[in-house]
Amino acid sequence: MSGAKVWALHLAVLVALFAAQYLLPPYHATNLARVLVLALFAMGYNLAFGYTGLLSLGHALFFAGGMFAAGLPAYHFGFSAGPALILSLLGGGVLAGAVGLFALRTAGVSFMIVTLMFAQAGYLTLIYFNAWTGGDQGFAVPASGRSLFGFALSSDGPRFAVAWGLFALGFLVCLALVRSRFGRVMVAMRENEERSRLLGYNPFVVKLIVLVISGLYAGLAGGAWALLFGYAGASFATIQYSILPMLYVLLGGAGTVAGPVLGAALMFWLIELASGLTSAWLFLVGAALVVLVLFAPKGILGWVREKVWRGLP
Amino acid sequence: MSLLEARGLTRHFGGLRAVDGVDFDLRPGEVQGLIGPNGAGKTTFVSLLSGRIPVQSGTIHLAGEDITRLPAQARVRKGLAYTFQITSIFPGLTVFDNVALAVQGGRAQIGSWRGGGAALEAAVAAALGQVGMADLAGQGAGALSYGHQRLLEVAMGLALQPKVLILDEPTQGLAAGEIAGFMALVRGLVPAVSVLLIEHNMEVVMGVADRITVLNFGRVLARGTPAQISADPAVQEAYLGA
Amino acid sequence: MSFGPFLLLALMEGLVTAAVLALAASGLSLVFGVMRVVNVAHGEFYMLGAVIAWFVTTLVPGPAWAGFLVALAVAPVAVGALAAAADRLVLRRLDYDPEATIVATIGLLYMIQQAALSFYGPDARPVAAPFDWRLQLPWFGYSGYKLFVVLAAAVVLLALWLFMTRSKVGLVMRATQVDRDVAQAFGIDVDLVYMAVFGIGAALAAVAAVLIVPIQQAHYLMGHDPLLLSFIVVIIGGLGSLRGTVVAALVIGLSDGVISMFFSPTLAKILATLLVALVLVFRPQGLFGVRDR
Ligand SMILES: Nc1ncnc2c1ncn2[C@@H]1O[C@H](COP(=O)(O)OP(=O)(O)O)[C@@H](O)[C@H]1O
Ligand SMILES: [Mg+2]
Repeated sequence: MSGAKVWALHLAVLVALFAAQYLLPPYHATNLARVLVLALFAMGYNLAFGYTGLLSLGHALFFAGGMFAAGLPAYHFGFSAGPALILSLLGGGVLAGAVGLFALRTAGVSFMIVTLMFAQAGYLTLIYFNAWTGGDQGFAVPASGRSLFGFALSSDGPRFAVAWGLFALGFLVCLALVRSRFGRVMVAMRENEERSRLLGYNPFVVKLIVLVISGLYAGLAGGAWALLFGYAGASFATIQYSILPMLYVLLGGAGTVAGPVLGAALMFWLIELASGLTSAWLFLVGAALVVLVLFAPKGILGWVREKVWRGLP
Repeated sequence: MSLLEARGLTRHFGGLRAVDGVDFDLRPGEVQGLIGPNGAGKTTFVSLLSGRIPVQSGTIHLAGEDITRLPAQARVRKGLAYTFQITSIFPGLTVFDNVALAVQGGRAQIGSWRGGGAALEAAVAAALGQVGMADLAGQGAGALSYGHQRLLEVAMGLALQPKVLILDEPTQGLAAGEIAGFMALVRGLVPAVSVLLIEHNMEVVMGVADRITVLNFGRVLARGTPAQISADPAVQEAYLGA
Repeated sequence: MSFGPFLLLALMEGLVTAAVLALAASGLSLVFGVMRVVNVAHGEFYMLGAVIAWFVTTLVPGPAWAGFLVALAVAPVAVGALAAAADRLVLRRLDYDPEATIVATIGLLYMIQQAALSFYGPDARPVAAPFDWRLQLPWFGYSGYKLFVVLAAAVVLLALWLFMTRSKVGLVMRATQVDRDVAQAFGIDVDLVYMAVFGIGAALAAVAAVLIVPIQQAHYLMGHDPLLLSFIVVIIGGLGSLRGTVVAALVIGLSDGVISMFFSPTLAKILATLLVALVLVFRPQGLFGVRDR
């Protein structure tokens, strides 16, 4: 499959997503903005888990880190959205780097538990400093923080545009990254770490870089969530927000560029549909996880890659 | 002058003396055979050389530089390549990507940041051509036959463009016809590359090696030319079973 | 109250925490030790034990102790059976792949939690203690039932230890722990062993919950803290080591009791979780763990 075709296809996905805001009723257009931010988060998760084989249970920390790195300055010091977003990017990346320095000395199950414990410590820290963070109740981001270049992010058009823009940026960076020289090394870590060492690569350094990139995505998504939807809370640091991107990625297809957004969209509207029928939507999340690992560990686009189109990135 | 030099190399596993004070020299431009009964410590010894396993005592020098404490990946970048006895490839990647990883990771660091480029493609094609697999570049590595996986392993070693290439029982599982081609390949590598070849097939070692070292119970039992080794009574008793 | 009695009270409370924790954590540790998998749904098995205890005690007529005894028998069996079924239907199909098992047990966690919310409801409900006796000390009175909890936990742990070291079934389990393939070659039905171990592990959590529920009330979210604390205990005690688990439970339980009387419990939890992470990174055999093999 030629590079030009791959790029064209992914650009078409972006165009379709942009057009969807005009085709969907307003309520669902807002939901699509949510899905795009969650998909940005899941794309970062996918770089670590899907491509590099790092199964983390701590990404909620990076997401919440970005959320509070953007939300707190906006709330306490009146930062506007531009600087706040940059801070969220940094917050996620720095946290991921710090966690990675320790957690990447372990692998497999230990890595999962270490990342889980760091995230839990982060959540408790947000609770502990509740005078500043609002604790479990969280806080509403003031209107002054929700303005970008003079546009109010609380209104539908700008909100969707920013959500889409950040997603598109992440999407294209992801595509370029996994098709690059470094992308090949990422997959090598997943497939056979020992072998990659004997080909001249330092697994610790490679995985640390990936985790930081993954943290940048998660942090930016967290910051965008706070600014676009006007709320930040410690509950976003709980394990549930590490599980959700994992679920999206498993459903859409781990190790595919478009898998996370597909998984996020499907799961979001599935839950939306289910919660109209029953309050037990969490049951659906649990059942989906079990069914996916049992019967479809490669996810939708993983299946497509296996059966239909080998060259899908 | 030796290109790769080990002095007093030692590695014990609990009470088991897998490698026990081995001195070793690989000269520039030679093919040296390393033989010995199963469990003699050959794989452990070359794992110490390549850095897969840390040494307990002793020193290793590559082209005069002390590499004893360098991690494996740094040794690779200095030109010391190792191919695994137990096939170790990237099964989920294509043959091309397997070799490309070696090309861009090895001594020359070939290729652009975008992961392609004419130089990279040429180097991959050259390595695959050397083992006769040029037409298999697009295949998934996991789907190859066992013999082709062994040869891919060798191609990855070559693609690192090493100064020293360590091959751990590369002919295991190859068909008779493939073995002849392999012997020609190894002879064709010198003098640009020096080869350390662990081999069970006596015909192959006797045919390609300039010198042979015999290990037994983690110690050097004998070393010399193929003719000297096959005439050595101690070797015959311990190994050739005469 | 002066400092001495205050500390004594803190230690007694800590001992109760430690006893229940040791029980719950030993189940997690047993499962990890033999099967090499981490059961994230362990806390939900604990919660189910408490919820079942509530149902049983409301259904059984007569004195409080009668219902309690029935619950002590029924809850572990029911929870153990559910866990065994989960093992058979899910974990075995995953071939106990460590990472897939974690994802699957996270799924089970959500399913069980949501089922409890649907069928049991969002309220915390009390279970009457089986007896109502107070130990009168010179400085304060103390619930006799809490002392009973410590005693009962010790008895169960002792029985578990005897079972694992002295009984034939225990021997089979330990043989499987050392080498699954060799055990299989010697004719041990490894599938059955795994199912039993997973069931017993969950049953231990259920016993712990039945013991605690007269003190704490049953609630559908109550599994969260025990899961986290069990993780902490099992990791600090050395993964898969029963002795290390009990020692770590005592240390964590007692220090938790003391620390949370003097400091913020949140701060104590932050430090504990960070400690666990660092132990796993720098001392994977645990702080008190003796290597099993
Ligand atoms: N990681 C290890 N742990 C324990 N013993 C090992 C390990 N690796 C190798 N051995 C033992 O060291 C000895 C030498 O093994 P090896 O180097 O593989 O021999 P060879 O390659 O000559 O057949 C054997 O007895 C083997 O069982
Ligand atoms: Mg060997």
